[in-house]
Amino acid sequence: MRPFAYATPPDAREAVLAVAERPDATFLAGGTNLVDHLRLGVAAPGLLVDVTALTSAEIDDLSDGGLRIGAAVRNSDLAADRRVRARYPVLAEALLAGASGQLRNMATTGGNPLQRTRCVYFQDVTTPCNKRAPGSGCAALGGATRNHAVLGASEHCIATHPSDMAVALAALDARVQVLGPDGEREIPFTELHTLPGDTPERDTVLEHGELITAIDVPDLPIATRSRYRKVRDRASYAFALVSVAACLDVAGGEIRDARIALGGVAHKPWRAHRAEEALRGAPATDESYRAAAAAELADARPQEGFDGGNAFKIPLLTGTLVSTLRALAGEETRA
Amino acid sequence: MTTTLEPRAIGRDLARRDGGAKVRGTAVYADETPVADPLFCRIVQATVARGRVTEVDTADASALDGVVAVLTTADAERLASTDDAELAVLQGTGIGFRGQIVAAVLAGTDEVAREAADLVRVTYAEEEHDARLSADRDDLYTPESVNPTYPPDTAEGDMAAAMAEAPVTLDRTYTTPMHHNNPMEPHATTALWEPREGDGGHLTLWDSTQGVHPVRQTVTQIFGLEPEQVRVICPFVGGGFGSKGTPHANVVMAALAARAVPGRPVRLALTRQQMFSLAGYRTPTIQRMQLAAERDGRLRGIAIDVVEQTSRIKEFAEQTGVPTRNMYAAPNRRTTHRLAALDVPVPSWMRAPGECPGMFGPEVAMDELATALGLDPVELRIRNEPEVAPETGKPFSSRNLVACLREGAERFGWAGRDHRPGVRLEDGWWVGTGVAASVYPTMRMPKSTATVTYDGGRYVARIGAADLGTGAWTVLPQIAADALGAPVEDVDVLIGDTDHPEASVAGGSSGTTTWGSALVEAVREFRDKYGDAPQDGDAASGSVKPNPAEEEYVMSAFGAQFAEVRVHTDTGEVRVPRLYGVFAAGRIVNPRLARSQFLGAMTMGLGMALHEQSLLDPRTGHVVNHDLAEYHVPANADVDDLQAHWIDEDDPYVNAMGSKGVGEIGIVGTAAAVANAAWHATGVRLRDLPVTLDRVLPGR
Ligand SMILES: Cc1cc2nc3c(=O)[nH]c(=O)nc-3n(C[C@H](O)[C@H](O)[C@H](O)COP(=O)(O)OP(=O)(O)OC[C@H]3O[C@@H](n4cnc5c(N)ncnc54)[C@H](O)[C@@H]3O)c2cc1C
Ligand code: SF4
Repeated sequence: MRPFAYATPPDAREAVLAVAERPDATFLAGGTNLVDHLRLGVAAPGLLVDVTALTSAEIDDLSDGGLRIGAAVRNSDLAADRRVRARYPVLAEALLAGASGQLRNMATTGGNPLQRTRCVYFQDVTTPCNKRAPGSGCAALGGATRNHAVLGASEHCIATHPSDMAVALAALDARVQVLGPDGEREIPFTELHTLPGDTPERDTVLEHGELITAIDVPDLPIATRSRYRKVRDRASYAFALVSVAACLDVAGGEIRDARIALGGVAHKPWRAHRAEEALRGAPATDESYRAAAAAELADARPQEGFDGGNAFKIPLLTGTLVSTLRALAGEETRA
Repeated sequence: MTTTLEPRAIGRDLARRDGGAKVRGTAVYADETPVADPLFCRIVQATVARGRVTEVDTADASALDGVVAVLTTADAERLASTDDAELAVLQGTGIGFRGQIVAAVLAGTDEVAREAADLVRVTYAEEEHDARLSADRDDLYTPESVNPTYPPDTAEGDMAAAMAEAPVTLDRTYTTPMHHNNPMEPHATTALWEPREGDGGHLTLWDSTQGVHPVRQTVTQIFGLEPEQVRVICPFVGGGFGSKGTPHANVVMAALAARAVPGRPVRLALTRQQMFSLAGYRTPTIQRMQLAAERDGRLRGIAIDVVEQTSRIKEFAEQTGVPTRNMYAAPNRRTTHRLAALDVPVPSWMRAPGECPGMFGPEVAMDELATALGLDPVELRIRNEPEVAPETGKPFSSRNLVACLREGAERFGWAGRDHRPGVRLEDGWWVGTGVAASVYPTMRMPKSTATVTYDGGRYVARIGAADLGTGAWTVLPQIAADALGAPVEDVDVLIGDTDHPEASVAGGSSGTTTWGSALVEAVREFRDKYGDAPQDGDAASGSVKPNPAEEEYVMSAFGAQFAEVRVHTDTGEVRVPRLYGVFAAGRIVNPRLARSQFLGAMTMGLGMALHEQSLLDPRTGHVVNHDLAEYHVPANADVDDLQAHWIDEDDPYVNAMGSKGVGEIGIVGTAAAVANAAWHATGVRLRDLPVTLDRVLPGR
């Protein structure tokens, strides 16, 4: 841990400039992830620019019927919002499945998707890690891999993205509003996070100094029937082994449409396009759900590890997806 | 037989005397001790598991503003005794395990100390290490004794013949993983060395410990000091679970640091991560169980062969096989312990060492045997109830396992259980139930002294005992009051300071028995001297005496635990809607505090069943899940209905209180009960802990 400066510029624009001009500067929001990294030596910024007061803490209605969630909105406030609970239950459930009440009171909409992997080697500066120290190697390969990826990993990094909220946002076709030194831009949420490839040090497409100002969720009728199902090693207060965010539109026993994203499986929240494709037009049965899981997991590659590895994630994902879709279809029958 | 005290305060449901201070945050813990102008000590740990330190570059660290000293092997004082390699801090360049202390920094703020510690550059000559435990290693050895002083191996009759000839046999291997104690309060010390004209100086340690006198004894030996030169103070402890039962390297480090800066207090608190290599842990165990039975379930033979680890630099041999020695009747018996000495941190005590891991294999094996015989597992245990202690042939001072099993079965609704596994499905969950037995020996330490003074209309007793959250501050006045025949409100018992008379460690669930007995003796002396109408200032002291009944009787607490387990049919998630424990632990001195001990220990047992597992990476030799986000202990949502009960047990032999110790028995057997219930739910037999969802996942 090393000393750092702390700044609260007057507005977001100044904050962006302050970070952009210093390679060792970084934004600070709730601090629930970043402060841990300062303590662990995983991050050693020279300047922290506190943005919690510089971005919106409001949830506003958008003209297209969607919502704009300010980057400073706390996770607990977002989960409690009536509009979110009614129109996007998957998002409220994902938030409530994450961390603890105390942490959710601090954690923000901008910070949550940018939290970094919980890979134990990433968090331990005495071990090699390509994400933390590019080129040093990946200690996770053959190490403790229970929490690691089965989809989209590379030989350089097999980490997973830990956020629950991000999985729901990926399913909801959310859009990220970004302010950079050169102005504003919008990024589809599913394109925010990257796969590790040979640049595992990167988690997202954001450039240094780019600030998330808000996240938009579009008007999405299918999302009123949606769920977040998180499976973890203890009943609460643990990161996901796997998770499923799903929206399902079923009529007369037939699936009309689906939105699905998977958590705990890849370096990014994994939008399951193949599974969605397989479900469209299929009967709402366990067989269809299983076929959808098989389609999505066709390229899944488990990791070996001294802890037993993570091959179990493939049947676990299948079971979790089947169980979630079955429950959602059941809601339709009841309605 | 001892005369048991007439219970007046004993047995009352009194609230913790220290509760208010703790709730208000005014109870002062070791690291918060108010001292003037303290320095902060941060350690540097080895990043190799075996080898030698070849160079320590302290230039950058020393150059940092605010750094007062950087201590390395080159300049740390030479200790008077280095016999205990775990405690020989900064005495040599050899590395015995990854995480060993190789340097330390002292600075005016914790932040600077931390930064400076990161700037110390250590170079190593690394050697190949070996951190992989397995039962087929060719270098396993037999320790001279297992913790604390049991013989490693025992045998009676002919176990091999029993296995060859019995109509029903079982031969299975069970494992428990490495566990870390993880008390809430990290290991912490505030230390002050005061050089004094003429008398060689004085060391004060405000240490988070389960025993101030044991710490003093170790520290005086290591530093070559006299007992009068060292005072250890510890009013409150945020949990220890055995990891603060003996001083670890951090205490020696704190004292070394303080002596390097005479007159200046030093604070040293381990981080959670550091606790995973420096504060002890429970060894992983491999337990091969053999049971030879008649068709009616009576055992003809029982054997356990244990393989476990210790560190290369210091031996600790967990007594995993010991509970099997006295648990069930059988004419042919064998227990063995074999150790692998690895390049790993030093294992030590963790709540119910021996009994806790050592009742996993046997109690799952009994469940498997019951299934093989088509018998109710409760009934199987009752049929094997011994008349006398199987190992020695001595009677038990009291043994109420059967009563616990019956009472538990009654409360739990065990009667009519369908013993078939994997046949109950409710709302997408497989449902099952399981049972296991608990046992914990009743121990009394040989040494402890108390004084009683009459002061301003109140009785004030003093004894250097420790309250690690267990309730000693409250229970000891209850005992002293009944010994005095005085209202408990008029009695104070002061603890946690070596200025009080010497007390034994809070370990082995022996505290109440040992310190309580010393108090009773002190009161007896006091009454003999001053009668019932003492004057202000009257004082007497007394010490715990050997209990002759210990020669004649085997003394143990027993219990039975019942679990209901649900396993999700799609995901394998494991939940425990019900966990009931019934214990026979002598007379319960304070029901409220005893219940929290039982419930707390059962909760820890639940963690052992479902979550706890230190992942020691054999490639590096360190535990990689070294924080509480990754090393899981139970959350409320893991269990719904958690109950602890006890049966009234009148044991005239154990001690004047009639008490047996309640701190550890609750963790014994829990994991087996849960694993047995998970089998009953799913049909998947679980012989390795923890029972994580991948082990019961359908289609795995
Ligand atoms: C014990 C524990 C358990 C947890 N369990 C879970 C869990 O189960 N599920 C889960 O999803 N999460 C969990 N979390 C993580 C938690 O949700 C995140 O730490 C939190 O959401 C991060 O938000 P924050 O505002 O505190 O971010 P910070 O820690 O302040 O920042 C995180 C990162 O985002 C950057 N940043 C912050 N705001 C912006 C912005 N507006 N624009 C650009 N960059 C920004 C920072 O520079 C930093 O790199 C857990 C955390 C802990 C400590
Ligand atoms: S998996 Fe990624 S984060 Fe983990 S050690 Fe490898 S490179 Fe680092």
